[in-house]
Amino acid sequence: MIRLTTPITEDQIRQLKVGDEVLLNGRVVLSRDMGHKYMKEQKPEWLKPILENMVIYHCGPVVKKHEDGHYSFVAAGPTTSIREEPYQADVIETYKVRGVIGKGGMGKKTSEGLQKTGAVYLHATGGAGSLLAERCKRVVDVKMLEEFGSPEAFWIIEVEDFPLVVTMDSHGGSLHEIVAQQSQERAKALMA
Amino acid sequence: MSECVIPTLTSNEVVASKSVLPAGWKPDLTDLKALDLTLPMLELLRRSTSRLPQDVIDALVKGRDAEEEGSRAFNTLNDMVRNIILADGHVTPLCQDTGTIIVWVRHPYGLSQRAAKQQVRAAVAEATKRSWLRPNCVEALSGKNTGTNMDPFHEGHPAVHFEEWDKPEVQIAVMQKGGGCENVGAQYRLPDAALGAGRDIKGVRKCIIDAVVKAQGQGCSPGILGVAIGGDRVTSYEKSKELILRKLGTSNPDPKMDAFEKEITNDLNTLGIGPMGYGGNTTVLGVMAEEMYRHPASFYVSISYMCWSSRRGSITLKTNGEVSFD
Repeated sequence: MIRLTTPITEDQIRQLKVGDEVLLNGRVVLSRDMGHKYMKEQKPEWLKPILENMVIYHCGPVVKKHEDGHYSFVAAGPTTSIREEPYQADVIETYKVRGVIGKGGMGKKTSEGLQKTGAVYLHATGGAGSLLAERCKRVVDVKMLEEFGSPEAFWIIEVEDFPLVVTMDSHGGSLHEIVAQQSQERAKALMA
Repeated sequence: MSECVIPTLTSNEVVASKSVLPAGWKPDLTDLKALDLTLPMLELLRRSTSRLPQDVIDALVKGRDAEEEGSRAFNTLNDMVRNIILADGHVTPLCQDTGTIIVWVRHPYGLSQRAAKQQVRAAVAEATKRSWLRPNCVEALSGKNTGTNMDPFHEGHPAVHFEEWDKPEVQIAVMQKGGGCENVGAQYRLPDAALGAGRDIKGVRKCIIDAVVKAQGQGCSPGILGVAIGGDRVTSYEKSKELILRKLGTSNPDPKMDAFEKEITNDLNTLGIGPMGYGGNTTVLGVMAEEMYRHPASFYVSISYMCWSSRRGSITLKTNGEVSFD
């Protein structure tokens, strides 16, 4: 088990390999469909200091607003990442992002982006919304809440021992590709 | 990390003590016009969002125990069990994607469907306010979230189906179907030359294998499949979803279909996709298939994929005032 704390250096990222289990600590920024379209098309400057050497989490949480105005996460598992495939590589490069958390894995374009910039794809267990919300210790800030709505906003949070698996590394390795290939071969045999 | 987590849920008594229904509440079905389904619906949602059906938990545990201890598949299924215990204990959503809310109301003659729909909607809005449901209803093109889970035209979301039946009781069933698994559903039109799938059960089997391979882990495997054979494009998909309401481990009343379900389930679990697509022996928890009638020219196979967090449940209001959950 490898412990990592954000911000993360390129050197730390280059050491990670497909299959490594990671416990992540520190600040993480949530973003999904609307955020990625916005980042690729408008490249907002204000996000640069927030995202540099940081980790993006594909997640639309269930959030509770407390009476004193502060927020906490009630359920916060990963959403399907492949929807961000058209945007992810550009976002990683523009903002020097070191890691992307999600589920289901991503495609070739993202893999190339991970290799070029020095970043990894970290897989979280889909559907484990309750378990993962417990590891989201604090909501630090939220951006674009009005514009995007709660599931799509940029929530900036602090996580503790957030359990992840490296399924795409910065050297072109992808567990998703391996499993897809093997299952396609098996399917051919079953259909024969 | 690798010890077997035992899925002990809170007792039925504790669940009942947290109910939004007033203690001792009894429905009065003698006057269906005065019956208010808002609170029963709200209580149903409180349970469905936080408490997974026992048959689904049993299937996950069975899958875990068939994986090699300490493997990625084993650990992932173990984390799923941990998550089930936490959500139940805290009465919080099992998954942040609380899904599209699909409701089936079955009722005797005399119930106003218009009134019932408004009551179901009020309950969904209240459950959203209580953070039991995430606001999951956005305008198609702008992506603007209504914030309440209501579409403003009183249709669409939540999706409410009605059926008048012969029984004197009223039953509400709900399914919370996440977006990730909804996206990997598929509809095939046979014959399918690319798959080499003809208009027979072998062709149907090829469609199912193809859909599961295309889905990989993206529908949050291990999944549960509803497979409708026949119908038109709409009735076929609709049936495929309704089939997911059936309990895992129960037999299909059609013996031929029952044998088919068991065989295809075993085949799919040799694909090696595993929980979350990490590899492993547990790719699906079950397959529910049903044959329908069709137009002679059309042959649809519709596959709905439900994630491992198969949130469903029902509440039945009986004439003697009894209220039961399943």
